[in-house]
Amino acid sequence: MLLYTRRAQRIAWAVFAFFFLLLFALPFGVLVLAAFTKQWNGAFPSSYTFSNVTAAFHTDPLDGLETSLITALLSSLIALVLGTWAALALDAVRNRVGKTLIQTVFMLPIAVPSVVVGLALLVAFSQGPVLLNGTNTIVVMAHSILVTAYAFQQVSAAVTRLDPAYEQAAASLGARPYYTLLRVKLPLLLPALTGSLALCFALSMGELGATAMVYSANWTTLPLRIYALDDRGHQFVAAAVTAVMMTITLAVLLVVSRIRTRANYR
Amino acid sequence: MAATDADPTARRTGRGSGGIRFDDVTVAYNGNVVLDSFTLDVAPGEVVALLGPSGSGKTTALRAVAGFVRPASGRVHVGGRDVTDLPPYKRGLGMVVQQYALFPHMRVEQNVAFGLKAQKIVAKSEIPARVAEALRMTGMAQYAKRYPRELSGGQQQRVAIARALAIQPSVLLLDEPLSALDAQLRSGMLAELARLHRELPDVSILYVTHDQIEALTLADRIAVMNEARLVEVGTARDLYKRPGTEFAAGFVGNSNLLPVTVAECVAHGDGSFRATVRIATESGATTGELVTATCTENAAAGETRTLCLRPHFLGLAAAEHHDNAFSGTVTEVQWRGSAHRIFADVHGHEVRLDTNELRNPPAIGDEVWLHFSAEDAVLIPASGTGSPSPDPVSAAEPAPANPASTEPAPAKPASTKPAPAKDAVPIPATATGSPSPDPVSAAEPALAETAPAEPAPAEDAAR
Repeated sequence: MLLYTRRAQRIAWAVFAFFFLLLFALPFGVLVLAAFTKQWNGAFPSSYTFSNVTAAFHTDPLDGLETSLITALLSSLIALVLGTWAALALDAVRNRVGKTLIQTVFMLPIAVPSVVVGLALLVAFSQGPVLLNGTNTIVVMAHSILVTAYAFQQVSAAVTRLDPAYEQAAASLGARPYYTLLRVKLPLLLPALTGSLALCFALSMGELGATAMVYSANWTTLPLRIYALDDRGHQFVAAAVTAVMMTITLAVLLVVSRIRTRANYR
Repeated sequence: MAATDADPTARRTGRGSGGIRFDDVTVAYNGNVVLDSFTLDVAPGEVVALLGPSGSGKTTALRAVAGFVRPASGRVHVGGRDVTDLPPYKRGLGMVVQQYALFPHMRVEQNVAFGLKAQKIVAKSEIPARVAEALRMTGMAQYAKRYPRELSGGQQQRVAIARALAIQPSVLLLDEPLSALDAQLRSGMLAELARLHRELPDVSILYVTHDQIEALTLADRIAVMNEARLVEVGTARDLYKRPGTEFAAGFVGNSNLLPVTVAECVAHGDGSFRATVRIATESGATTGELVTATCTENAAAGETRTLCLRPHFLGLAAAEHHDNAFSGTVTEVQWRGSAHRIFADVHGHEVRLDTNELRNPPAIGDEVWLHFSAEDAVLIPASGTGSPSPDPVSAAEPAPANPASTEPAPAKPASTKPAPAKDAVPIPATATGSPSPDPVSAAEPALAETAPAEPAPAEDAAR
């Protein structure tokens, strides 16, 4: 135990509680509260209503939910495949320059602001042979680029930790590399794969910067709608939409985390 | 290079055509040679142990057979087929590694079936029978449905062996398979491995270990390795009884290695030679007693050699001089329950003596005589020229250059010790009697025929 005396433990708990309330509980609590607020003048709402939530479900913001869910699902799946592929490649590449190159390419989207990624796509696909400006494809592309970096990081860390003895044992038993990949390596990486899928999904659900650069009127994600609602002064409806988004994202994450694997018990 | 992969029937030939041949194999990592011109033949059905300290290249040699390291030069043959350029999965070998590497997400039976499914060499309907057979042989039949994490270390080990045997390889590679087990389990698994080999007499086994007991117990032949090189190879018995190098003498069994100067060497009946030698003293003076030892080749008078004396072949005598004995001062006495281990200073060299428990052990500082039979003392070439590299295993000191003691056989050693009285105490028989099991030190060989029969007779006199 880090802190031995009861007094020290109490102090530590108090400090933790203060920061937790300030940084986590308060913003989210206020948000949920605001979702049910009709009027808010003092320290607490003066009157409550369900109309914000009803509005969130009955007007076009919910189209944004569908758009966001499809975008997040597609981009996180793309990211998982690309990120895993790159992570396995990184492990297989023996050349130091090659390793650095792969790492740099996949770090880049995190290293620059997401707006830059959006701008880059916009510039690249606004004219010329491939014209994607104003399509939903470019939104999914932007999200994929951004979250692949995270998938790569997560899976790469897991691949590095994977004991090469398993792969060698499989090879000594006559398993070809692809068979070993499907039957040994990927199953052993499954916890990392589901983990990074969940992370990518959550990140994509909340992505705003790059999306703001490339979105079109027929493919507007939920965060953009929330931003617009807030901009137009509908804070409480924005809060309600946000609360719905949070709930659904958490539900999806919960489902993904339930995909328990036997490799978890290693 | 176009390997023999072209012949599909040559792949995974199954039991009966084993054998491994290392043909001048050199392996280097980034210019760092980890296996140097390694040449060794393992006959079909033979068990060969690669024995050496860590970093000696023994695991590298095994991995070169498995295909996980590529030789910089030289060829590796398995079952008469050049596999040097084949990827590991085309070599059809069974392999068991130190940490077993059982697939944690598969049940025991799935682990064992893995190779059969991956290779698609057996009809699906046959797989359960093959798995059951492999599990039966390793005594793991009742654990088929378990996951590896639900098994003990020894059980995991058995599953790993079953998994390797299921594909019916002609060659089995075992890389320190017992080193993760505790001492008691280890000796049980040793017996198990020996039994398995009796059941599968055609399977060649390459067994990498740093444990001399494992090597002596299991191997038909032992290849002693050090510093990326093969030092000596021979049958376990030969290496133990007649080591040809100081390193092998020190690594295969325990030994006292004493620098000696040959006084005389005469042919013996059985083709070997008997040499009369004098222990070189630390100061280089010619004070050492003359003793007789066996040597496999003729030695010229005046030559510097190393005398290899197994600690359990030494007998202890009190003040009386012995035939074939030298005097020393007791520096340490260790009581190990059923045995005594005594260290003595002999002309500046530390000599270790292992004996059955003594009723009246000597005290530190006592003058004793250490005697042995010429049959049990072996003369081996001195390593290097007068200043051998320090041997971490042997208790012996490096042999100092000893120019003063080159004169042949003086009439009597100019010793300050009591005068020799050759007829005072007879040499005890060393080739009979019960073994001396040593429960304290598992690292020592306990070969029945090599144990001293009795405590030294002088001991009896002292009681």
